[in-house]
Amino acid sequence: MSGARLELAGIGKSFRGLRAVHDVSFSVPAGAIHALIGPNGAGKTTIFNMIAGVFAPDAGIVSLDGRVISGLRPDRTCDAGIGRTFQLVKPFKGLSVLENVTVGALHRKPGLAQARDSASAILSRLGLYDRRHQLAESLTLPDRKRLEVARALATEPKLLLLDEVMAGLRPTEVDVMVAFLRELNAQSGLTILLIEHVMRAVMALAAEVVVVSYGEKIAEGTPQTIARHQAVLDVYLGEAEEP
Amino acid sequence: MTFARRLVGNAAPRTVWLLAALLALLLIAPAILGKYWLSVLILILYFAYVGQAWNILMGFAGQLSLGHALYAGLGGYVAAGLFFHYGIGPWAGVFAAVAAAALAGTIVGYLGFRFSLAGVYFALLTIAFSEFTRLAFDHWEWAGGAGGLFLKVDGGSDIVNLRGGSLLFYYVILALAAFAFILCRALLESRLGRYWLAIREDAEAAQAVGVPVLRCKMIAIVISAALTALAGVWNAFYYNNLFPETAFAMGRSIEITLAPIIGGLGTLFGPVVGAVVLTGLGEAFTDLGEALGMPGIKQIFYGLALLVIVMYRPAGVWPWLAGKLGLGELRK
Amino acid sequence: MTADFLLSLAQAVTKGLLTGMVYGLMALGLSVIFGVMRVVNFAHGEMMVVGMYLAWMGFEYLGVSPLLSLPFIAALFFVAGYALQRGLISPFIGRPEHQQFLLLLAVAILLVNGALAIAGPDSRGVQLDSQFDSYELGPIVFDAVRLHAALAAIAIAALLWLFFTRTRTGKSIRAAADNHMGALVVGLDVRRLYAFTFGVGAACVGAAGALMITIIPVTPFLAGEYTLLAFVIVIVGGLGSMTGALMGGLLIGVSEAVAGLLLQPSLKSMFSFGLLILVLLLRPQGLFGKSSS
Repeated sequence: MSGARLELAGIGKSFRGLRAVHDVSFSVPAGAIHALIGPNGAGKTTIFNMIAGVFAPDAGIVSLDGRVISGLRPDRTCDAGIGRTFQLVKPFKGLSVLENVTVGALHRKPGLAQARDSASAILSRLGLYDRRHQLAESLTLPDRKRLEVARALATEPKLLLLDEVMAGLRPTEVDVMVAFLRELNAQSGLTILLIEHVMRAVMALAAEVVVVSYGEKIAEGTPQTIARHQAVLDVYLGEAEEP
Repeated sequence: MTFARRLVGNAAPRTVWLLAALLALLLIAPAILGKYWLSVLILILYFAYVGQAWNILMGFAGQLSLGHALYAGLGGYVAAGLFFHYGIGPWAGVFAAVAAAALAGTIVGYLGFRFSLAGVYFALLTIAFSEFTRLAFDHWEWAGGAGGLFLKVDGGSDIVNLRGGSLLFYYVILALAAFAFILCRALLESRLGRYWLAIREDAEAAQAVGVPVLRCKMIAIVISAALTALAGVWNAFYYNNLFPETAFAMGRSIEITLAPIIGGLGTLFGPVVGAVVLTGLGEAFTDLGEALGMPGIKQIFYGLALLVIVMYRPAGVWPWLAGKLGLGELRK
Repeated sequence: MTADFLLSLAQAVTKGLLTGMVYGLMALGLSVIFGVMRVVNFAHGEMMVVGMYLAWMGFEYLGVSPLLSLPFIAALFFVAGYALQRGLISPFIGRPEHQQFLLLLAVAILLVNGALAIAGPDSRGVQLDSQFDSYELGPIVFDAVRLHAALAAIAIAALLWLFFTRTRTGKSIRAAADNHMGALVVGLDVRRLYAFTFGVGAACVGAAGALMITIIPVTPFLAGEYTLLAFVIVIVGGLGSMTGALMGGLLIGVSEAVAGLLLQPSLKSMFSFGLLILVLLLRPQGLFGKSSS
């Protein structure tokens, strides 16, 4: 796996007259880890959905390594190298942990046996190997999150979209996930874009941060820069009242 | 890896030997069993077969079809019609029968899946198509209309034209049931089968990991329809008559679903176990009804049995039974 | 188009509208049950048939007209429906469709065979005193029996509308239908509401049955047909819409009557199923339903 460059140019989406995302543009260089932050309802998951192909943008273009992928269905964007996790995890509940990841691996491997091998290897890296025969249904939330990441990784993506993967994890678990993602990125050069609320993870991982609010990009820069950015502070903390 | 090796896969040797023994028993069964028990066994094998076919769409791919009589009926009518009008034997007619059912499956599937119908809505679509076809056949003279289509029975034995006694039909349905079982196992242990299970569990997540959902669903319904058509052909030549009222009846669609649901949806052994349980119950209740002098009571007991099973063993009899017998690895 | 033909057509449409009103009431019951709880009531037609039988028995053995026994039958159905939901169906609410289907199929088998055991397979009809009366509006003749049934159906539908819009329980039910989680959060006793809902839906069916027996005789074999008809009407008319259920009933009633006139009677259902397919594909929320997200 190596990473791909992601470019969003003028992305917009409306739902029945309600403007969810408007004129958002940013890029994530190959091999970088960037974060997408903003208050709830700002349109972050909508942006992810447009990149992953759940729906096409009303305006603008999404491209991966220069190739236009906006409008492709999710299974085709997966072909192109996009892996994603969901905000509310969606494991294949009735299947075992191994079978869950195997489905992802089947996307790249020629046969079931090779897919299972690949899946086993990924599970080992995520510390889920000893639970590989357990039903996904019986996993705890942190394990389900790791399963979701493992399954996405099995498709050998060049860009990994992580939607609030830290949510609900305890600080120690967050650190473990951060370390894992950092190592993954260092070893394979996989491009990662995170939606996150857990600032600890954002500060630790992201080289650059994009801030959206009410569907529009309001700031972009290093974590340190945007932490001091007035517009960002206003959005998160509320504007100061007139004296 | 050879096909046989892949088929066996992770299954324990004990399982394979048990199945082989069962098959051997079934092969010599006619020599041991009397006429009555043979006919019961035929019934069991029929429901096991057609249940396997339906299970592919529901248990594997997760789409509820309550209109499967459409495919059985089409299969039966095409093969029987070709034989009746042109003397084309069923071994040749079966190709046309399967093609007709596959086409119907393609239409129902494409309309249903492309328009994102799921759950009850998809089920209602399947019912609508089946009912519509039933009414159409009521008025189609080539197929005999409402009065029915009757195949000549001349008492002779003619394997080519499937004319013969129970013995012939027993071996044919046994072959079909064994074929379906092996096919389902092969499918489950393949990329397609895994994709189906993923779609059944969570189609959106499946698509996110690259599963071509629409294509897989279409393949499921076409295979399911094609296999069900074979049951229809068998049925037509065994009973020698076809009426739209029964061939395409909702009751027939429902009875196709009972064995796999009762036995265990999405499992390999579910439809078989379900067929045994349901046929066994049916026969037992019929006898009980006759003994009590109230033949109608059979249906009431049947209804109660279904109620009890769905309330206490909603996942099906087989998963529970497998657990009890310590056959954990066969749950799937 | 001769004047005679037009008259026959008008006559058929009238007959269809009147019968359709009763169909609408039956479908209203399903709209309530399916619309609120998403329970796939495969026993709907069987419930209708039981209602028809009860009304017939009231007439046959007690000499009471179905129109009079209707309130009692409806009340009985309410209680039975409440109990059925509370006792049997409740655990199945979130479960996959095939399990609900099997449960209600079992209930349907029990109901229809119970009726068969008690009343036998022959058709049972009700001959009211007003059987041969009719009203005339210009050249069009209205069957008195059908007209009374239709009017009763409208009255019941109106009562139902009042219930859902004016009473607290009714409004709570609509709230729970719209937003299950929200209803729980707000403290509504959803289990009790659901049982109430099923009771109301069942009462509609029972009432529809009592009215239907005045129009046509009953056999146990009608049940399956009515279940399908109820679903067709509810889908075509639009889930969650009372108007939809009634309009759908009228539409189906009229199409049946007209098809019976123009084509062979046995083809009348083909139009209904064709319409169902079109609605499912093109406008799944039904003709009167709200477009869902």
